[in-house]
Amino acid sequence: MSAERQVAFDAEKEKVMPENRGLHYEENLLWEKEHSEHPGVDLPDAVGLPLRTGLAARGEIGLPQLSEPQVVRHFVRMSTWNYSIDHGFFPLGSCTMKHNPRLNEKVARFAGFAQVHPLQPESSVQGALRVQYELQNWLAELTGLPGVCLTPSAGAHGELAGMMTIARAHALNGQDKRKIVLAPDSSHGTNPATAVMCGYSVRNIPTKETGRLTLEAFKAALYETDPEGADVAGMMVTNPNTCGLFEREIVEIADLLHKAGGYFYCDGANFNALVGKVRPADFGVDVMHINLHKTFSTPHGGGGPGSGPICCSEELAKYMPVPTVVQNEQGYALEWSEDRPESLGALKAYQGQFGMHVRALAYMMSHGADGLRQVSEDAVLNANYILSQLAGDYHVPFAGPCMHECLLTDKKQKDAGVSTLDIAKALIEHGYHPMTVYFPLVLPGTMLIEPTETESKDSLDRFIETMKGIAREATDGESEALHAYPLSTPRRRLDEVKAARQPVLKWAD
Amino acid sequence: MADYKYTKDHECVFVDGQDVWVGISSYAREALGDLVYVELPEVGKSVSQGDDIAVIESVKTAAEVYAPVAGEVIAVNEAMPDDLDLIAKPVEQGGWIVKLKVADSGALDALMNSAAYEAYLKEVD
Repeated sequence: MSAERQVAFDAEKEKVMPENRGLHYEENLLWEKEHSEHPGVDLPDAVGLPLRTGLAARGEIGLPQLSEPQVVRHFVRMSTWNYSIDHGFFPLGSCTMKHNPRLNEKVARFAGFAQVHPLQPESSVQGALRVQYELQNWLAELTGLPGVCLTPSAGAHGELAGMMTIARAHALNGQDKRKIVLAPDSSHGTNPATAVMCGYSVRNIPTKETGRLTLEAFKAALYETDPEGADVAGMMVTNPNTCGLFEREIVEIADLLHKAGGYFYCDGANFNALVGKVRPADFGVDVMHINLHKTFSTPHGGGGPGSGPICCSEELAKYMPVPTVVQNEQGYALEWSEDRPESLGALKAYQGQFGMHVRALAYMMSHGADGLRQVSEDAVLNANYILSQLAGDYHVPFAGPCMHECLLTDKKQKDAGVSTLDIAKALIEHGYHPMTVYFPLVLPGTMLIEPTETESKDSLDRFIETMKGIAREATDGESEALHAYPLSTPRRRLDEVKAARQPVLKWAD
Repeated sequence: MADYKYTKDHECVFVDGQDVWVGISSYAREALGDLVYVELPEVGKSVSQGDDIAVIESVKTAAEVYAPVAGEVIAVNEAMPDDLDLIAKPVEQGGWIVKLKVADSGALDALMNSAAYEAYLKEVD
């Protein structure tokens, strides 16, 4: 690097990276580090050797010359900027940031699981296939839906697989004139997006009044353009919904939908409130996806790939994607399209995120059926504890009890000029990852808090105290401070508007 | 006082003979917060009442703008994507997003006037 360039970098550093704080390190890009004369690997110069790739020698590409400790420190320092469930409470509503038990990790690292290849002969991977078979059975038992495909590799991928299964069923049964999918206005954004990807148009069901679906609003949507609902392909509903409420009229709603010839897709994002308590098939679900990375404790959010198996009713199982694992006289085997001619086919190569399947099954088996039920109960209890403790300080739009997450809004703080964004930034100042903000969209300024079963009462009490303190600051005329948070972080409050309007996507010109 | 009409989804409409200028109400502007993006429709597009005609994205959320009445898109506010603060101006003075040629001007009677919209806001809040 030239001297002028170095000076320019230093000046830039002064501007954007003021200082290290305590043991909180600033870190430049590898390219910005002073080039060491001591690269980690000492190779002889390739003088006189014929160049085999390309005919002309290419120019200097400027890879940094760094030693191994420099590189290790670079990545470890950056990793300290991260916030994860392993750092502390992570109440991100709807995302189910629960602890990832280390037992799962240990089991997933067994050589027989970690070092198998999807192209190995089935006879040599019987143990791995058995894991998938057992997982299918656990999921079928817990949902009441017997057809399980483990392939989808994320929640939204599972949604796509589920809705494609519904579309396939309609197509093979001469029902392709059905073009409408119903979804409540509190649904996850991926629901309408998935329906549109499958060629449907979305009709919203309003839920703003009570936070729940009502039979009345559902009927109005179902029969809006056809008195029999014969143009409706299905419905996508999350239960409990994104306001953290159980849909009380769901059985009657599902009955009407089925009578009209539509299928009920359940977004399984909130299944962690129901495991061992309610089987979704019993409230009318035809197909749903399961977020193994939420409900069944496999890592997510940068920690590992997601996994979104789908579970289907007997009726829909033949249309779902392949492969699926079956047991026969020889042991365990995969069934592909030739065995399942009505299947919509394979969604991706191989069988999905096998490592996540191992972890999820380890979680299920280590808890057992009674333990999984208690997990759901504890998650619901924790959310209700937070709701009851904060109900005096924050506006509760829909009266509790709630399920596994609770919904608050900034209505009480608004008059003091304090918004949900300020509250979220204040939580960062106090060392917490904020809750989900401005979602669901049914109301302004929403805050969705999901503690999961992971947190102890002490940890919930500390969070509640922090939230109460922020509410006090807002009403005690300290709103100026609340507009300034966070102060103790390496970066202060970011200009989110400018970042969105004029993003700088290049490191340098 | 300009003649504004409003929808339940908080579109604000300025009626100018057979044409209407469509923007969003100040209530909607406040609820959305700072805008970061506006997606405009193509000129010439025919829309039914309730069709999506534009998408507004703010730091908080993305929201659709719906056609207040059926008609044809005769102009879009090309300046808006580059100057999102225009949304704060009155609809007919730069705050408009889309201009529609109304198919049936009788349909405009179904929209709320300012007083009715004020009352509606009290009800929903």
